[in-house]
Amino acid sequence: MENPYLPYPVRIDKITTETEDRNLKTFRFVFLNPEDEEKFAYTPGQFAELSVPGKGEIPIGIASSPTEKGFVAFTVNKVGVVTNYLHNMKEGEVMGIRGPLGNWYPWKDMEGKNVIIVGGGFAFTTLRSSIIYMIQPENRSKFEDISVVYGARSPGLLLYRDELAEWEKRDDINMHITVDGTDDPDWKYNVGFVPTVTKEKITSSENAIAIVCGPPVMIKFTQPVLEELGFPPERIILSLEMRMKCGIGICGRCNIGEKYVCKDGPVFSLAQLKEMPGEY
Amino acid sequence: MTEKVFTKENWIKALEGLAGTYRIFTPVKDGDFHNFKSLGEGKGPDFNFQNTRLSPKTLIYPQSERMFEYSLDENDSETNILKESPKDYSPQAIVGIRPCDAHAMRIVKLNFDNPEFRDPWWVQHFESTVLIGLGCNEPCSTCFCTSVGGGPFNEYALDIMLYDLGKTFLARGLTEKGEELLKKAEGGTPADSAAVKDAEILATAASNRINTSVPTDKLKEKVVNELFDASFWDDVAFACINCGTCTFLCPTCWCFDIQDEVLGKQGDRIRNWDSCMFPLFTLHGSGHNPRDQKLQRVRQRFMHKLKYYVDKYENGVQCSGCGRCVRHCPVNIDIRQVAEFMNNY
Repeated sequence: MENPYLPYPVRIDKITTETEDRNLKTFRFVFLNPEDEEKFAYTPGQFAELSVPGKGEIPIGIASSPTEKGFVAFTVNKVGVVTNYLHNMKEGEVMGIRGPLGNWYPWKDMEGKNVIIVGGGFAFTTLRSSIIYMIQPENRSKFEDISVVYGARSPGLLLYRDELAEWEKRDDINMHITVDGTDDPDWKYNVGFVPTVTKEKITSSENAIAIVCGPPVMIKFTQPVLEELGFPPERIILSLEMRMKCGIGICGRCNIGEKYVCKDGPVFSLAQLKEMPGEY
Repeated sequence: MTEKVFTKENWIKALEGLAGTYRIFTPVKDGDFHNFKSLGEGKGPDFNFQNTRLSPKTLIYPQSERMFEYSLDENDSETNILKESPKDYSPQAIVGIRPCDAHAMRIVKLNFDNPEFRDPWWVQHFESTVLIGLGCNEPCSTCFCTSVGGGPFNEYALDIMLYDLGKTFLARGLTEKGEELLKKAEGGTPADSAAVKDAEILATAASNRINTSVPTDKLKEKVVNELFDASFWDDVAFACINCGTCTFLCPTCWCFDIQDEVLGKQGDRIRNWDSCMFPLFTLHGSGHNPRDQKLQRVRQRFMHKLKYYVDKYENGVQCSGCGRCVRHCPVNIDIRQVAEFMNNY
């Protein structure tokens, strides 16, 4: 009988420290059994359980894009027992991945639309996956304008800085990188909070869908900006976090009302969330 | 449909005879109360009980269950690779389960065995089990099975039903699994029409004895956020001490935790029953907790059973009316009253 709790064995292929505080690292994994990579077919917005034998499992958004072959990547913040241990693991070590889990951003609905991505801090991981996915030559024509507002507290806390610089140079994606503040005289991007920059740079909700991922305070102040622009709640898409164990809607802890964030989410529209108890 | 009558002595002997083919579990008197124990493990079976202190939930869904094993030894060629722990799925029979506790297993089945995911351990334990029910001649004062789709002699969810006719048991086969076990059970005689009639009289009398009626008919039509924001939760939660007794005793509570345990270089991944009454249940790694207040946790338990489950599965409420939470709550929180609050809100 198939066992949905059994992780695929993977090898840590590459570890990159992302931020100057060293609290965020990106782990690239390669499947020990090549056929497992095919079984792990995912869509941007999904997550997986990273399984560290002896420590436990953690639900983490998939930061790589399905268009990147040969590995899967996750950016992990160091906060608890499993993540602290994981941060000290070495390239070459074996662990597990269970997934892909949950739903994804509404890619079908996004086709033919302007896509506005608003991200803050280390919640940018599945947004990176989405951007990489959308700017692939075979996918880019499916979407109209792509605009990205991404902010962190300081330049050193931005994720994927090399890629951000590359995206800045492209003319098929409008990048609006911002920091809350900086004393770097060479800083050439925006300074200001994400909601403020969103208000300045995003001027229309016409034929647009917005994906918002970030800390609660950022979401709280971005939501009215988008609503003022005329985004109906159906076209404001959010991805939620919750304490999880099984990841498949059985163990019972990540519910909001009758929905399980692990199986029915993590992606919900604001319209859906308004119908659900505000317990997240 | 096989119907056999066993004298009570012969029934015990029949069970002993079946013990080679089935792992047999029966109620055993354990101090002041009864619980299910393996036949031959100390004291003998005792079918004189109202209900067991704990439902036999743990026989399908162990309170603590090993999921995987792995080696952490760096010299091992398979270090850090999880392997499924071996399990005993040989046939087992739970003899004397009350109809409410069998009903509870069907309520829970929708969670563990759903169209998208099948929990391999729950499903295989369940499929290897024969449920031999014992109808309730004398329901407890706290029983309300008849309000939630059950009854003291409800045969739904059982493989065999036993009717306690005083000196004898009438055993009725209800499923293929049940018929097969009854065929192997020695020492019974075919039931005559008088015994069958006695059984019917018994069942009707027991049903009439349950006079608690809990309203659940309007739960489905309620707006979830209105119930969620209702003011009565303050009163319901006021006395709660978050002890978790209700979730521990409940035959329909299914939440679990997953933990890794290590001894030397050998590791196990284990799942354990968990409880929404505990703040840790929902505590995020960041420190944020969507249910850090007692009221939120108490509300979650009742909303899950009486609203979220109702909406999600269209299978009635997530409660079999066994009344254990009512009897054992140290501060007398009563699900029957909460159901009334919710239904009448």
